[in-house]
Amino acid sequence: MAGWFEQANWNLALFTLILGGVLLASIRAALRGRVPRVRVLPGVAAMAEAVGRAVEMGRPVFFVPGTRDLDNVQTVAGLAVLGELAALTARLECRLEVLTDRSLVMAAAREAGRAAYLAAGRPETWRDDSVSYVSDDQFGFVARVDGLIARERPATCFWLGAFSAESLLLAEAGSQIGAIQIAGTAERSQLPFFIAACDYTLIGEELFAASACLTGDPALLGTLRGQDLGKAVAGGALLLGSLLATAAALTHWPFIVKLQSALQRLFSAGGP
Amino acid sequence: MRSRAPQLLVAAVGILLVLTAFVPRPAPGAGNAWQGFFAYIDENFSVWFNIMAVFAFGLGAASLLGVHGGRVRRRGRDWPYSLATLLAFGVTLLVGLLKLGGPPGLTGDPADSASILGRIFAAVVSPLQASMFALLAFFVASASYRAFRVRTREASALLAAALVILIGRTPFGSALTQWLPEPLAFLRLERLSLWIVQVPNLAGQRAIMIGIALGVVAMSLRLILGLERGVLGKERP
Repeated sequence: MAGWFEQANWNLALFTLILGGVLLASIRAALRGRVPRVRVLPGVAAMAEAVGRAVEMGRPVFFVPGTRDLDNVQTVAGLAVLGELAALTARLECRLEVLTDRSLVMAAAREAGRAAYLAAGRPETWRDDSVSYVSDDQFGFVARVDGLIARERPATCFWLGAFSAESLLLAEAGSQIGAIQIAGTAERSQLPFFIAACDYTLIGEELFAASACLTGDPALLGTLRGQDLGKAVAGGALLLGSLLATAAALTHWPFIVKLQSALQRLFSAGGP
Repeated sequence: MRSRAPQLLVAAVGILLVLTAFVPRPAPGAGNAWQGFFAYIDENFSVWFNIMAVFAFGLGAASLLGVHGGRVRRRGRDWPYSLATLLAFGVTLLVGLLKLGGPPGLTGDPADSASILGRIFAAVVSPLQASMFALLAFFVASASYRAFRVRTREASALLAAALVILIGRTPFGSALTQWLPEPLAFLRLERLSLWIVQVPNLAGQRAIMIGIALGVVAMSLRLILGLERGVLGKERP
């Protein structure tokens, strides 16, 4: 077994199995009709309204699926939302402009958009050049997108994916022309900028939940329940750890000290 | 089959990459076939991804040329900007490919500081990047102004915390509350600012981090199981 399994990662394997099992069980339960009720995310609820506003104003909707490549899960989450959003713009006959800074993301966004327009029954209105590649260069990309915002004056801007220092440069440009802006990222350092500059911000995990909320697909909603159960376990472990650490520091009882260090080992990356 | 094949590929790659975290890494020249296979996957997957991205770069270049070339041809709105983009693209590509002014040969660095490409970077690209980055200072000011406008209780709390941190991190802030006696030393601005960063701020950040980690796991599972429709251009039900 030693040659087959990295024993230092036993705790990681244990949590992967537990979390995977909980998620699979939640998906199965949802498919059998026990669909969890999900609170409405304001950013997700505002998407249809934001696209509607663009239609009324006769202006385009801008969408940027982050500034990382397709190997970043946030980019994939952004593209999943793009699929739903493109179906909406197809139905409402609204102009959609997707700006990317990676060629692979552009190719994936075109596929997602094309499929969404086909599903909405309007394949003839889809244009591949709705999705364009700008530049791999961080600030070159910002210069182009900010310039387009100033000239085209989109009614709505979506910033959904992984962003770095460009987050505020993009969101402030949108804010200055009065666009409704909906952002979402799991980059903790960029969240304050989006919160300050955008109307709605999907914080961290909400970005990954957005496509599930938009589609209402029971299987996807099931995974949200699994996530919540995982959070409950994490919260319980934090509480237990805090109590044990406090009790160990106050009493120095060997049993409690051992229990506390065992719990700490369980959650240590790279094994005990 | 057209939509099944990419899905199967995503699932296979996803499962293989998860497994690499749980297979021991052998020492060079040692280990069994199982370990060797996963070590090979782990080391080379990012290289394969980069190779794929290089091929996709052609698609990006085609998109860039199509969008801007079309605008120049039609003399569309703001076409001179498109012309400038095309010229910049063409010139940079040409001097880079031909390694003009730099060390020649296959191993010569195209971005060597003596080459024309190197000089373009030093004299044009870097200053332009710095200018764009410098805009951040003004944008931070305007965004902060909006965020700190005292309209709600939350905004007031944000403003108070920000003021304590900003002033507490300066020598002036430290001097301002130095007179507080030892029993009230925790109220000194530098300590208060440190406390805000290390306690309530860190607690919030950790909560977000736990949520993100679980979200990433759930999203990955959705992709492996093929539940996330639309990302691969998959048809919807």
